[in-house]
Amino acid sequence: MLLLLQYTLIFSSILMLVALGGCFSEHSGVINLGLEGIMVIGALGGALMMRYLPVQMNAFATVALVVLGAIVFGLVYSSLLAVACINFKADQTIVGTALNILGTALATVLVKAINMKVNPDDVSSTIQYVDQKKKFIEYIGSFEFNWFLVIAVVALIVAYVVLYKTKFGLRMMACGEHPQAAASVGISVYKMRWSGVLISGVFGALGGISYILAGVSEWKFENGVAGFGFLSLAVMIFGQWKPFRIALAALLFGLFRALSNVYIGINFLNALNIPSTVYNMMPYIISLLVLAFTSKSSKAPKAEGIPYDKGQR
Amino acid sequence: MRKILKNQGVQSLLASLICIVLGLFIGFIVLLFINPNGAWDAILAVIKNFFTYSRTNLQLKNFGNTLVQTAPLLMCALSVLFCYKVGLFNIGAAGQYVIGACASIYAALALGLPWWLCLIIAIVVGCLYGAIVGLLKAYCNVNEVISGIMLNWIGLYTTNMILNSVKEETSPYTLHLKDHAASSILPTLGLEKLFAGNSAVSIAIPLAIITAIVLKVLLDQTRFGYELKATGYNKNAAKYAGMAEKRNIIVTLAIGGALAAAGGALFYLTDFEQWSVTSSTVPGMGFNGIAAAFLGGLNPIGTIFASYFIQHITRGGAYVDKTLYSSQISDLISALIIYLCGFVGFMKLAMSRRIAAKEEKEQAAKKGAKE
Repeated sequence: MLLLLQYTLIFSSILMLVALGGCFSEHSGVINLGLEGIMVIGALGGALMMRYLPVQMNAFATVALVVLGAIVFGLVYSSLLAVACINFKADQTIVGTALNILGTALATVLVKAINMKVNPDDVSSTIQYVDQKKKFIEYIGSFEFNWFLVIAVVALIVAYVVLYKTKFGLRMMACGEHPQAAASVGISVYKMRWSGVLISGVFGALGGISYILAGVSEWKFENGVAGFGFLSLAVMIFGQWKPFRIALAALLFGLFRALSNVYIGINFLNALNIPSTVYNMMPYIISLLVLAFTSKSSKAPKAEGIPYDKGQR
Repeated sequence: MRKILKNQGVQSLLASLICIVLGLFIGFIVLLFINPNGAWDAILAVIKNFFTYSRTNLQLKNFGNTLVQTAPLLMCALSVLFCYKVGLFNIGAAGQYVIGACASIYAALALGLPWWLCLIIAIVVGCLYGAIVGLLKAYCNVNEVISGIMLNWIGLYTTNMILNSVKEETSPYTLHLKDHAASSILPTLGLEKLFAGNSAVSIAIPLAIITAIVLKVLLDQTRFGYELKATGYNKNAAKYAGMAEKRNIIVTLAIGGALAAAGGALFYLTDFEQWSVTSSTVPGMGFNGIAAAFLGGLNPIGTIFASYFIQHITRGGAYVDKTLYSSQISDLISALIIYLCGFVGFMKLAMSRRIAAKEEKEQAAKKGAKE
């Protein structure tokens, strides 16, 4: 049961981080379908950091640098989305989809190249970080406490304050509702949208690195992040683009995701003898059902997905 | 010359070519970055694909293999294209492809049905699967991209679960049709003789091409196609004009589902590859279909060539020097090409603007000369 709690918390915080990222991007008016790809690239940034940092380095510095590595990669990668969708008015769905495929392909090619340089026979796309991973975890009894839980909670509060209590956040949300109106009072829509997408890059990358640090101590980049970015989008919609609702939605989805990992350890679930694929499917089925019932009265930003056109009224 | 450049079709073609060249170029830079010594050979290997072989026999055989993989990609691309014309982004094509594969393999191995029945079952199942997205969109206002993505994963896990009953005992792969359901394999109609006896080359290829042509006619020449496109341009206007816009959305996605699912059947019924029931990612076929549809300038005929091109470089990736690079370099290039396809609108606009500016200048010069 403790294991279930532990997995639920860590999966929820990952989903929440990424969904908050999507929330920023969408509030500025850009649909970020590329979150899955951003997670992969963020994870790559963190994983490379862990690979090259000396094992003896103290825990705090390692954690900080790994997080920094992920954030830098996420920022750079999300700017690909920003350039295309904001400055060149590209279709946001195509670019997002491209970034998802590109993320996995790029990470695989690079990691394989790195592995092959070290050992020509090693053609795997796996990075191992057994020793580094320990620095992210504190044991409280048998409960594995992961520093990303703290990061997630901080991120939630920051997201709420920034969006609702600062001039910047309110202006950004105006750009997602009616960019022309925002522009008419002197807000730079381009800048606001760029900020929205870049923030989503940071959050997405944080989600990515915490995902590959949850439970496992090596990651095969060929697998991407197995749909977590997409699940986060569902969390965001279920949370109706509001930070605290997103947190609750993430808890629910995280619970179901955790069940697929640990149901074998829970006697009564194990006795039901349901194949593990059913548990894997569960989060998706539930999000589909939830969306079916909640989408009628959607609180989506009104101008999301529409490239900003100065001349339009 | 300028007249030709003004033509929308020519502009699309040019834009696609720019995407391809730029995609290959950036891919080349990535290769240089990894290892400068073999980069040129590697990018050539990707472009050459089966031309790497010197014997005609082997060339033909591998050309056949490329075509075998082109047919399902073309079907997925047509699915994406058809829905996009109606204003719907069918990212669910990937899952519909998987469901089509599942239905056809199950019909073949578990039920022992002949190939045409397997294909029809796959199409019907795909139709229903696509219709779920349509129903959710029409009646519950669920964005088709989100529901499509969710159904992709649901489709993948369902397929793994169902096909678990027809897999080889010692491996995660489904049984070979050749040994267990020979009558379910698509007929070749003698096509294999053209490709040095490559028995995987089947009627799937002509069928996919015919489908492309049919769709072209349907979209451009029929009332049904016009209604669908009108719904895509402006849902409310279409409704106002008396078109059943809800029905149109559902029908479109059902057809999209059928197309992608047929792609799955047309691939797995050749016995070219077996399904692995431990797959943990949705096959890229549907996502590459998005690339092919846009690279083909959203024209069914252009999509035929774009699909071939993408499979050509994907297979070409297998020929790079494995001691230096990995075969995923071709995935990287096709992803880059999709990304660049996002800029097509901008490129076309830039072309039109340049032409217009030049014309204006000339006219002004003419006017000046007169005065």
